Amino acid sequence: MTEKIDPEHQEQHIVGPPVYLTIVITLLVLTAVTTGVAFIDLGVFNPIIALAIACFKASLVVLFFMHIKYSSRLLKMTVLCGLFTFMLLMTLTMTDYISRAWGMW
Amino acid sequence: MDSHSVATAPGELVGGVDPHSHPSFLRHHFESVGQQREAASFGMWIFLLTEVMFFGGMFCAYLIFRNWYHPAFVAGSNTLDITLGTTNTAVLIGSSFTMAMAVYSAEMRRRSQLILFLTLTIVLGFAFLGIKAVEYHQKFVDHHIPGPNFSIQEFVHPSNPHAIPLSPDMAQKTQIYFSLYFAMTGMHALHMIIGISLLFFMVWRASQNAYTEGHIMPVENFGLYWHFVDIVWIFLFPLLYLISRYR
Repeated sequence: MTEKIDPEHQEQHIVGPPVYLTIVITLLVLTAVTTGVAFIDLGVFNPIIALAIACFKASLVVLFFMHIKYSSRLLKMTVLCGLFTFMLLMTLTMTDYISRAWGMW
Repeated sequence: MDSHSVATAPGELVGGVDPHSHPSFLRHHFESVGQQREAASFGMWIFLLTEVMFFGGMFCAYLIFRNWYHPAFVAGSNTLDITLGTTNTAVLIGSSFTMAMAVYSAEMRRRSQLILFLTLTIVLGFAFLGIKAVEYHQKFVDHHIPGPNFSIQEFVHPSNPHAIPLSPDMAQKTQIYFSLYFAMTGMHALHMIIGISLLFFMVWRASQNAYTEGHIMPVENFGLYWHFVDIVWIFLFPLLYLISRYR
């Protein structure tokens, strides 16, 4: 009885070609968009937009190509924990650099 | 499925079925194929997170040095060929698609389709590395490889009318940009070379029906690796090629 709600024992969700095709076309369009935007002068927003598009593309790859959207909570939490730890390490390193006189010569 | 409820000896039948029978690829310490797949995916993701940290260190170095030596990074970035970079991004995204389709083919137990998509992934992988080799060669010709033969000529007296000439001191810092460029794209290319080697092995195993009788875990986990390599490039491309363009 418990097996019905136990995610470890569920059948794997199979993602089909229509989903993959939609994602790959979206990714190619976004690649064209990000390259096009690079030639428009938006000041400080150029890197922000480029990275926002990159983050969105990476999310599509993780969610659909890597099946995280259809995966168990264990795998979803694993990915989130990894990203959280990465952001933590980056942020703490950056606070060190921006709060000292390093590189000010 | 409830194999714990009755103690049986090997070969003894329970309800006409041998409770110890299972697919040959199911390891004894797992209860079911689903549980084995979940454990394998979990392990693969933990490995990929160590890879995130590995590449993350280089991204962090890039961020810090870019802020310190911004003019040098802008000048260095503009020597890259944006057409080749964009083409390579499309090629790699295409290879991720063929890899995703390979996983689907294994799930559908279609052997020839699986071999086709794995082979297409190899072809696109080589296309990426070939384009990358053209770019590396250009850097070699231009003396833009960090080291004793590095030339700051292009940065002190730029040929591009949009470029701002750098002082010799700042122009030397473009070596840091190119060091990071070669370290990051080089490690990325190494991951692709390892991936292509594994793909050759998997095509061979797929031809023996290794992945089309229910045991798709190796294809699935390799797919995760290949998509991860794609994601690294999705971030490398804007950071190295795009965000500092002369407009």
